Amino acid sequence: MPEAEPHHEAPGLPRASRLGLALFWVYVVLYGGFISLVLARSELLSMRPLGGVNLAIVSGMGLIAAAFVLAVVFMLLRSDR
Amino acid sequence: MIHETSGVAVAIFTAFVLGVIGLSFFLGRKGQSAGGYYAAHGQIHWFVNGIAFAGDYLSAASFLGICGMIAFSGYDGFLYSIGFLAGWVVALFVIAEPIKALGKFTFADALDSRFNSRGIRLAVAISTLVVSVFYLIPQMVGAGSLIKPLLGLPHEAGVILVGVTVTLIVVTAGMVSTTWVQFIKGSLLVVFCGVLTVLILGRGLAVNAGRERPENLAPQVRTVRPDGMVLIDGQPQSRDHDLRPVGTIARLPDRFADRSATGPLGPLAYLAALEDSTIVTWTARKHADAEGVHTTYTPVERPGRELLKPGGFFKGLASGHLPDRLDFVSLMLALFCGTASLPHILIRYYTVKDAAAARQSTVVGIATIGVFYVLTLYLGLGAMTAGALDPTDTNMAAPLLAKTFNETLFAIISAIAFTTVLGTVSGLIMAGSGAVAHDLVESVCGIGMTDHEKIRCGKIAAVGLGIVAMALGILFRNFNVSFLVGWAFNIAASANLPALVMLLFWPRTTWQGIVAAVTVGMLSSLTWILLSADTFEKVYGLSRDLAFTPFSQPAVVTIPLGFLTLVVVSLLTPTPIPSRR
Repeated sequence: MPEAEPHHEAPGLPRASRLGLALFWVYVVLYGGFISLVLARSELLSMRPLGGVNLAIVSGMGLIAAAFVLAVVFMLLRSDR
Repeated sequence: MIHETSGVAVAIFTAFVLGVIGLSFFLGRKGQSAGGYYAAHGQIHWFVNGIAFAGDYLSAASFLGICGMIAFSGYDGFLYSIGFLAGWVVALFVIAEPIKALGKFTFADALDSRFNSRGIRLAVAISTLVVSVFYLIPQMVGAGSLIKPLLGLPHEAGVILVGVTVTLIVVTAGMVSTTWVQFIKGSLLVVFCGVLTVLILGRGLAVNAGRERPENLAPQVRTVRPDGMVLIDGQPQSRDHDLRPVGTIARLPDRFADRSATGPLGPLAYLAALEDSTIVTWTARKHADAEGVHTTYTPVERPGRELLKPGGFFKGLASGHLPDRLDFVSLMLALFCGTASLPHILIRYYTVKDAAAARQSTVVGIATIGVFYVLTLYLGLGAMTAGALDPTDTNMAAPLLAKTFNETLFAIISAIAFTTVLGTVSGLIMAGSGAVAHDLVESVCGIGMTDHEKIRCGKIAAVGLGIVAMALGILFRNFNVSFLVGWAFNIAASANLPALVMLLFWPRTTWQGIVAAVTVGMLSSLTWILLSADTFEKVYGLSRDLAFTPFSQPAVVTIPLGFLTLVVVSLLTPTPIPSRR
């Protein structure tokens, strides 16, 4: 498996990859959206969109699943470089 | 509650602990150099390291604390799970590769990579020790909680047993044995939580936890007299006269033909059925008078849909009270930012050979930890309705749930929980001992050491940290462990994250800026916690109204403060000349 080189934008310092940062911001939007929902529109969390399970649980499990999916995407794409 | 001990439980528990210590001595042969002791020679396989990440991270807070919080407060415990996992996104996408490339043994190696500054070494070593100690407290409290029902020994005995065992593990082989202990523990934890979840779904839900006689729903009063004697409803506590276990279903939804039990349910059907059920939870109210401190436990029937949405623990979410809402935001921010700032997690990146292995092991860690957190929801809800909760101890929900299936499973789950504590505590003590030997003694004090002396110094530091951990574990015995870990995340995120992120992304960062950010972040978050309402009430025993801070979780204030401090101090000090060592 080829080793991916880190970017060197600051003098002498390895940086997180652009891909990593992009995926990080995707997750920030998801996580921030979830917290905003809890704070501002918590009544929506009582909706039951999946097999009688409420949105609070579906969205929480969705966030856990999203972290894993993004992590796998990151690993696969970084390994290709 | 007084729990009966069983020979099977003692035998299984003893086998687990002796197995872990035996493995540690066996692996001790491999950690003879400083590189081996502190970083396992960078030769741990990425898959093993990934599971060890889970072993390191899934502490007593994750297993005992979250299950207990879900069992007693409902959905809000799951918010901790979501936040704990989200933190790994920061670790993988932003921190993993640079930290692997910059460091050698400790977190300070990475922060000091450009500057060769004693100031950075000192500030970061102290912050590592403070974070490690705050993270150690809940682990030791968890150990004390476990030992009571398992071996019939007092809380203090559990704390001391963990302290002594872990110190033995760390001083025998360092990072090699610590990694393998965490690997074994992480694997066992996920596998047995999976087994327990399958059993929960197979049993389904039952009114009064399947008992023929309805649960006695009269309030219960526990009194601790000034002389230490415990009374239950006015009579001395004994095995025959004790608090009744709590947490049952009062009514199941109409759609089930048998209104007393659902039978086996699928994962979604279980949650849906619970949401439509009526559940009996118990509130606790304390008051003190001349006869002692009285805690009254009162049953409350609540609709499942109320317990399965936010607001059970974070009361402010429902009330709209601004400081309470900020408290919640602050906690979620701390959990998100804290993982990538925990020294004992960061040093695990030094145990693999390269950046690719660091990435791969983080992905394995995320998968393992994610599965575990989904399982904790079922474990917590299973405990909430199994009629086995000890109303005096939220941390015992998962083991007591296992006991409703059989004694052997209880023993295995308790032993795994205990191993969980061992694994995390050994990782924390490793991080702390590295900070003392490598950063404080060698770099700050300038005392040159041979490889052998560096290892001996680390071992002495490990013994000292073990003693501190034991003392604090006894002092903080009445706290929910997840709550305590929240504090550790706040301090770690406030002290370490601003410096780490700015070092990686802002070339103008100076060593003075890093020292200032770490110091201000650590002191401000620590001070905030010590002056908060939760500490006033639960540590000092004073009224919440006397507290100085408007809410208890500091991250929303102290993380930005750390960034601001770094930027201002860096701009006021000379631009650094790159001189990576």
